[in-house]
Amino acid sequence: MSFETFMQQLANGISIGSLYALIAIGYTMVYGILRLINFAHGDIFMMAAYFMVFSMINFNLPWYIAILFVFIATVALGVIIEKVAYKPLRDAPRMSIMISAIGVSFLLENLATYLFTGVPKGFPDIEFLTRAVTLGGISLSVATIITPVVTILLLLCVLFITNKTKIGMAMRAVSKDYETARLMGIKINRVISTTFVIGSGLAAVGAVLWGSKYPSVMPLMGVMPGLKCFVAAVLGGIGNTTGAVIGGFILGMGEIMLVSFLPALTGYRDAFAFIVLIIVLIVKPTGLLGEKVTDKV
Amino acid sequence: MMIKNKKFMRRSLTGFLIIAFAIIIILLDTETIGDDYVRRILNLGAIYAIVSVSMNLVNGFTGLFSLGQAGFMAIGAFTVAVFTVPVELREAIFYIVPQSPLVANVELPFFVALIIGGLLAALVSILIGMPVLRLKSDYLAIATLGFSEIIRIIFTNMDTITNGALGINRIPGIPTMWVTFGVAIVSIGFIVLLINSSYGRAFKAIREDDIAAEAMGINLFKHKVLSFAIGAFFAGIGGGLLASLLGTVDPKQFYFTMTYNFLLIIVLGGMGSVSGTVIASFVVTAGLEFLRFFDDSLILFGVNIPIFRPGFRMVIFSLLLMILVLFFRKGIMGQKELSWSMVEGWFKPHKNLHSKRKKDEGGTI
Repeated sequence: MSFETFMQQLANGISIGSLYALIAIGYTMVYGILRLINFAHGDIFMMAAYFMVFSMINFNLPWYIAILFVFIATVALGVIIEKVAYKPLRDAPRMSIMISAIGVSFLLENLATYLFTGVPKGFPDIEFLTRAVTLGGISLSVATIITPVVTILLLLCVLFITNKTKIGMAMRAVSKDYETARLMGIKINRVISTTFVIGSGLAAVGAVLWGSKYPSVMPLMGVMPGLKCFVAAVLGGIGNTTGAVIGGFILGMGEIMLVSFLPALTGYRDAFAFIVLIIVLIVKPTGLLGEKVTDKV
Repeated sequence: MMIKNKKFMRRSLTGFLIIAFAIIIILLDTETIGDDYVRRILNLGAIYAIVSVSMNLVNGFTGLFSLGQAGFMAIGAFTVAVFTVPVELREAIFYIVPQSPLVANVELPFFVALIIGGLLAALVSILIGMPVLRLKSDYLAIATLGFSEIIRIIFTNMDTITNGALGINRIPGIPTMWVTFGVAIVSIGFIVLLINSSYGRAFKAIREDDIAAEAMGINLFKHKVLSFAIGAFFAGIGGGLLASLLGTVDPKQFYFTMTYNFLLIIVLGGMGSVSGTVIASFVVTAGLEFLRFFDDSLILFGVNIPIFRPGFRMVIFSLLLMILVLFFRKGIMGQKELSWSMVEGWFKPHKNLHSKRKKDEGGTI
């Protein structure tokens, strides 16, 4: 493999890794607070991509307004899902909430298939993002270069919110002990809504960047990224935002490297993430940066 | 005397129902009543009942939230497909990559292949279960889901054995309905016996509180693996029957959303109720067929109602799952089983119930 191809693959790995990281933050935050795998997160990401298609192609909005619209619509979707499907089950057994999450995911997929048909739609071409740039002999799109930067910036924003603001303090309190936080006067519902706002917002940004890289939008496009990003969140230590980003980078990079170094295993690309998951769960179930949680009787 | 009479009546009613059921199946089987469509739906319902009851054993009775059923079904289905297709047809089916000489000339009777499929599924489940069953509920769910996907991906890539993404067709069909219903009765009977044995009580104890169960001397790991492996075995059997019923298998069928069908069934029937699951299997299978009219365009008074078009059925299906889990979390049966005293309870006047409730209201709080 020539040096150029290697660099090209490296850039690809970093960019797909940062996309995974963006989505993984949403998983890890929701898990940290509700102790729930938000199975619908990947499908929120898929809906964001569809919102982008409709706002730019059907309503001819300029890309900056479209992105704003997509952001707001996705956040609204995330918050509505929480209010309708998760809030009524706060005190129900864990399995019920998980089934509800699976139900939402299944509903969104079927709704998308029904409303938009299973035929892939082309993602709108955002001139500014898809332009190709040549850097030291390798040709990259602006989206590839900009994705890691956006991810790092958004991670810093999330870290700022969770560590320096009042609502962030409330979030940390809720994730440590739900009941006690409630007794201390924290408005649980507001904290949970904020978490969903942040998670869905990041999924929306992820969808726009993903679409510029892989411009085909399908009802099931969110399934695989969703599962992989959950793996990334577990790898980094679930509940830990920085961990989720690191996990996303490792996973994206590993996947691209597997495909480029061992082309014979290309068919197993989607299995890679799950193998990583199993290894992590056996060797270090708390993940790279996770805290140890002990069960109380 | 009264009690003896009652017992006798219940027994004779049960016997009568069993005979009626057998007669209906015989009539259907000899094509005296019904058509192929009805027979197909009933066969599918029986297969779904096997898989759902096996999933309920793991999820509802042992409290392990496992989503690997589709993967285990795939193992059973492909085993039956690979071993029962007549050898002389194989060259035509494997027209891109020839079948590996290891299995190319092996043809087994259906039941042998079915059992091997179930055993393979159980074996894989034990290998998976060893590391994964230490995990807590939601991790377990995602890990089993992941494994089910890995199994599917492996099947997609094993061109020389499973014909890859093309799948295998021309699988010999099921000759009579007694095959599916017989296997279903034996499988479900076995699971019921298991649940009522000491193993079953241990499973339920693990479901209620695994730490307390361990303190009572139950070997958690052994029982979890046992439940998981038996669940996988019957999922494999169900998959094998499905392959034979449909006549064709390909890895895409066993996408993990398939598991969601069974999840709906056990939620509808009641987590922890075998009879509820069996009823729900037939209701859901028939319902899915019945709801097909949602996929066809509907013209009312000369106006084309635009919401009826392909895909609407699945939207309703998934909405149903949401409504069930949000508002009717117990399903049809909860954790109860269908029994004569339950049926008699439906016809009793509600007077007793009323006075009982009044008494309860004057409780301590």
